[in-house]
Amino acid sequence: MRDTRQLVVNRAVQEIEDGMYVNLGIGMPTLVADAIPAGVNVMLQSENGMLGIGPYPTEAEVDADLINAGKETVTAAMGAAYFDSAESFAMIRGGHIDLAILGAMEVSETGDLANWMIPGKMVKGMGGAMDLVVGAKRVVVIMDHVSKHGESKVKQACTLPLTGKAVVNRLITDLAVFDFTDEGMVLIEVMSGSSVEEIREKTEATFIVAAHLQK
Amino acid sequence: MGNNKVVFSFDEAVADIQDGSTLIVGGFGICGIPEKLIDALKNRGTKDLTVVSNNCGVDDWGLGLLLANKQIKKMVASYVGENKIFEQQFISGELEVELTPQGTLAERIRAGGAGIPGFYTATGVGTPIAEGKEVKVFNGKEYLLEQGIVGDFALVKAWKADTMGNLVFRKTSRNFNPIAATAGKITIAEVEEIVEVGELDPDEIHTPGVYVQRVLLGENYEKRIERRVVKGDA
Repeated sequence: MRDTRQLVVNRAVQEIEDGMYVNLGIGMPTLVADAIPAGVNVMLQSENGMLGIGPYPTEAEVDADLINAGKETVTAAMGAAYFDSAESFAMIRGGHIDLAILGAMEVSETGDLANWMIPGKMVKGMGGAMDLVVGAKRVVVIMDHVSKHGESKVKQACTLPLTGKAVVNRLITDLAVFDFTDEGMVLIEVMSGSSVEEIREKTEATFIVAAHLQK
Repeated sequence: MGNNKVVFSFDEAVADIQDGSTLIVGGFGICGIPEKLIDALKNRGTKDLTVVSNNCGVDDWGLGLLLANKQIKKMVASYVGENKIFEQQFISGELEVELTPQGTLAERIRAGGAGIPGFYTATGVGTPIAEGKEVKVFNGKEYLLEQGIVGDFALVKAWKADTMGNLVFRKTSRNFNPIAATAGKITIAEVEEIVEVGELDPDEIHTPGVYVQRVLLGENYEKRIERRVVKGDA
């Protein structure tokens, strides 16, 4: 079996450019941090009140007062700053964060995102996701293309309660990369090991195939 | 000195919190939570509380203790995924829950403390949290009206205070604490160190003492860690 997680993470890291301020969501997006190449300098924002997340601490460095938004112990990078939660979301909502990379349960062909609730099953809360998707300059979603039950997670319309409406700029899955444009959802890349045919078969959403992928 | 706000007993500090009060409680997860004040409230058994806090602790720590003791009637929070008791009480209908996006929650508390009754935000437009809320269009884009929150009491944890209630926080344990401090009619701060007035540099004070009515020195902080991750684990 392909290591699809690493495939997606490696593709997602290409979205990050030198000098950016970036917020990485909890779960798979957090793994993107480790894949950032040396020489690409980014400041990672943590919505609990920190700009400039550093690596995980050594045993001696562990500090209960220094955690990321996933509640994991972290360190501070050079140039880091701490602030309160209102300030943290002022910088998110105010459009100062260049890029947010988030996980998802479903994405629709119009760029709607659902990632916080399964009615009757799971209510954990949205945390900062609803603010991030409307506030960050660019929103990239990473997720598996197909659910464990074999259903396409790339939908015509989301079946789950929304996190944001028409908020996704780019979707990266283990099969494909899509952009959301005024013309609709566009397949711009086929991930290694997949094909346009497989993507068509496993995508419920309607999408346009970019010219360079058409034979 | 007229401005000495130091109180010596945690039990006394929470004694006038009545059943049915609204509390704004600082902390993110279990980082920077007022653990001694929560403990004192648990011992006192104050009930029917409305608690406004980003999270509700974990099953056996932080606000989770008040939940387990059935002292919370309503919770206003952004993320409650780490708490099984919460889930049980929510599903059974014992606990009323108002899930609020984290940035909206922070701004509602900030606004409440700043005398602003409402504000518009794009957060949540087109989602279930928009239900029943006024929508207004600015420059062609939709925004939701959200209301400021003021608490009967705010419970916060700071690193240092002086006896006048000027507060300094440490690292990411700052989180919701400074805004919570502004939004309580009575704000009670517990700290790890109390210094004399004049010992804090005015430039380093995060929360001016005007917002704080009571200051307590806590001892032997547990500061539990929710997810201890060290190099090489991940």
